[in-house]
Amino acid sequence: MSKKIIEITDEGNAFLEKVNELSGQVVTLCDQCGTCSGCCPMAEEMDITPSQINRMVQLGQVEVLDLEAIWLCASCFTCTVRCPRGLDPSKICESLRQMTLRKAIDYMDIRDISEKEMRRLPQIAIVSAFRKFTG
Amino acid sequence: MRIGVYVCHCGGNISEVVDINKVVEAAKLEGDVVLVKDNSHLCSNDGQTLMLNDIKEYKLDKVVVSACSPQFQGLTFMRVMETAGLNPYVLEMANIREQCSWAHYNFPKEATDKAIDLTKIAISKVRLDTPLDSKKMPIGKRVLVVGAGIAGIQASLDLGDAGFKVYLVEKEPSIGGHMAQLSKTFPTEDCSACILSPKMSDVPANKNIELMTYSQVESITGYLGNYEVTVNKRPTYVDPVKCTACGDCVPVCPIDVPDEYNEGLSLRKAIYITSDIAVPHSYVLDTDHCLGLFPLACSKCRDACEADAINYDLYPEKVKFTVDTIIIATGFDIFDAKKKPMFGFGKFENVYNALEMERIIGCEAEGKKLAEVGKKIALIQCVGSRDEQINREYCSRVCCMYATKLAQLMKRSDPKKDISIFYTDMRTYGKGFEEYYKRAQKSGVKYIRGRVAEIEENPDTKKLKLKVEDTLSRSFIESEFDTVVLSVGLEPNKGTETIRDILRISKSSDGFLQEAHPKFRPVDTLIEGVFLAGTVQGPKDIPDAVAQASAAAARAIRLMNQGEYEAEPITAWVDEDICAGCGICVGICPYDAITSEEQSDGTRLAVVNEILCKGCGSCSGACPTGASQQKWFDITQLRAMLEAAL
Repeated sequence: MSKKIIEITDEGNAFLEKVNELSGQVVTLCDQCGTCSGCCPMAEEMDITPSQINRMVQLGQVEVLDLEAIWLCASCFTCTVRCPRGLDPSKICESLRQMTLRKAIDYMDIRDISEKEMRRLPQIAIVSAFRKFTG
Repeated sequence: MRIGVYVCHCGGNISEVVDINKVVEAAKLEGDVVLVKDNSHLCSNDGQTLMLNDIKEYKLDKVVVSACSPQFQGLTFMRVMETAGLNPYVLEMANIREQCSWAHYNFPKEATDKAIDLTKIAISKVRLDTPLDSKKMPIGKRVLVVGAGIAGIQASLDLGDAGFKVYLVEKEPSIGGHMAQLSKTFPTEDCSACILSPKMSDVPANKNIELMTYSQVESITGYLGNYEVTVNKRPTYVDPVKCTACGDCVPVCPIDVPDEYNEGLSLRKAIYITSDIAVPHSYVLDTDHCLGLFPLACSKCRDACEADAINYDLYPEKVKFTVDTIIIATGFDIFDAKKKPMFGFGKFENVYNALEMERIIGCEAEGKKLAEVGKKIALIQCVGSRDEQINREYCSRVCCMYATKLAQLMKRSDPKKDISIFYTDMRTYGKGFEEYYKRAQKSGVKYIRGRVAEIEENPDTKKLKLKVEDTLSRSFIESEFDTVVLSVGLEPNKGTETIRDILRISKSSDGFLQEAHPKFRPVDTLIEGVFLAGTVQGPKDIPDAVAQASAAAARAIRLMNQGEYEAEPITAWVDEDICAGCGICVGICPYDAITSEEQSDGTRLAVVNEILCKGCGSCSGACPTGASQQKWFDITQLRAMLEAAL
């Protein structure tokens, strides 16, 4: 497998700035100690670990948005209370999700759901289904 | 004869490996031994009191302590002997810690056997020990400080303020050293020149300090309390009293030379002043570059000088004086990045070393401007540190923090600058360092863990392409930068080698001068009355250098303040009846302590100067007749020790 080569570009820096702005965090503060990955209950299911998410953002790799990991984050905040640098990784994940969500592309049309199904589905399931299938 | 033997557990350091009971039982079988005891910490107050009481109660006249190295606690037990009214030289120590339990911790049985043997050897030696008396020698209050960087300045000021006479020798035209070149200091970002210059001007203002700049130590002979020093003073050809530092001589000088103070980023003339904060604040004529004085080729500067301060008829001067102690503070050189050719230093236009970047930031007025170095900047760590390829295994300790500082200063000058630091490990061990590192990360400086493999220059744009593995994400980074700064390490100053040869101070494997003990005598050397201050002993930052300088001053004062000191009584002596006067010992003595003197009957005899003699034993080993013997280690004692061992 050939390794991908990263270049530090202005676009990458702009992406980092955008994540900083949306999350209210300074992602360059992350020391890559791995505390967040170690305590994350979902890390084993993720394609990359939470600390790898931070690293990709630091290096301006927009591809992080295409990975599953940010959607598996349950926002349980375990990482937030344990980060030795006072960062909030769950907010970083949330900002990455927001970047996709704000593209406002819907994959699910509400009109495709039958009335019977609509009645049986809990509201929260409909909301989360919209979120999961957006972007 | 009544010998007491004490076996120490050293709180488990010994007893966890060596079977103490077996050592005690073996010692009890030796002749003349009237008492054998073991104790968990013999060096503690409790242990010392036990020994004191036993010596009185059992009327012991000789003592053997089986414990640690005599280098470590020897003095403690000698003091116990003195308190008990015994001569400290009828005490023997068997080193059953460093030489037994620590060296052979995987072999407890063998370690125990060795401990028993060493204890028996010590008993057989103590039987033949005779009391030795140390001589009282006078000592004055004069100190030589070599090198006037921040460490030398601090040591001189401390000594001068305490009322000691200081001769401060500096080879450059101005004092201040490398600190005078720095932009700001980490982690507080104090302006380096601003905090240093008041200290520099304190030096000539101190009436106890005699400052000799543009001078080098040529020779040092003698011993503690009587070091005779010869200093070679280069003429500056400018009278510092008359010179008003007006600078009229500069524009007329036809010679341009790279300015050392600015790391060659700007030019200076052959007549110049090092910097705005130079002390002494006077111009210097550099004869290595001047068109020539003998015969006089130019004389334009003299014609331009209204103060009439320039005099060409001067010659190097030899200044001789005597001091009691010496402090070495000759500092460091930066690593020459040309030795790592993959970084293209000196070849690629936009590759700088960190000291050059300090000058670019610190000295905006002349030379290269910070705005000209571009937006995208990379700093490469560990250039000349932690690298066996170039024989620099050690960490230079300051680079992580000065790179962080340079990144901060650059970022502050223009927040749009995109700065990446390529590091091996971030070492932020000092007070406020971690907080400072965090601040840099917060300001957006990128820290990328990986050593840069190579740099390629684009021949058209002069931009630099770095190739490196980010070892945290395990991916490759290939990126173009406008400027690359190499965080070069510290290495021993070339001038240190000269003074090392003169004084015969040993150096550690990294090339820096060796302290007498890494924990308890960090500023002493093994030469009596010679101390180390600052980076001459190893890489360190400014606060550490200053602390060490004050420590060296305090250690020197400790020796000098008494007015007299006790000379080492273990010296060589020559049996005049046997000495054949061959003179082999004269040549072999590393301290020049033996002379061959002619007697009235025409024969020659070796005579030992007991003050110079350090008791190394070289002469005793070399003497073909056995006339030269060392007190406390004479041949009968060595034979007895060998017999006990076999």
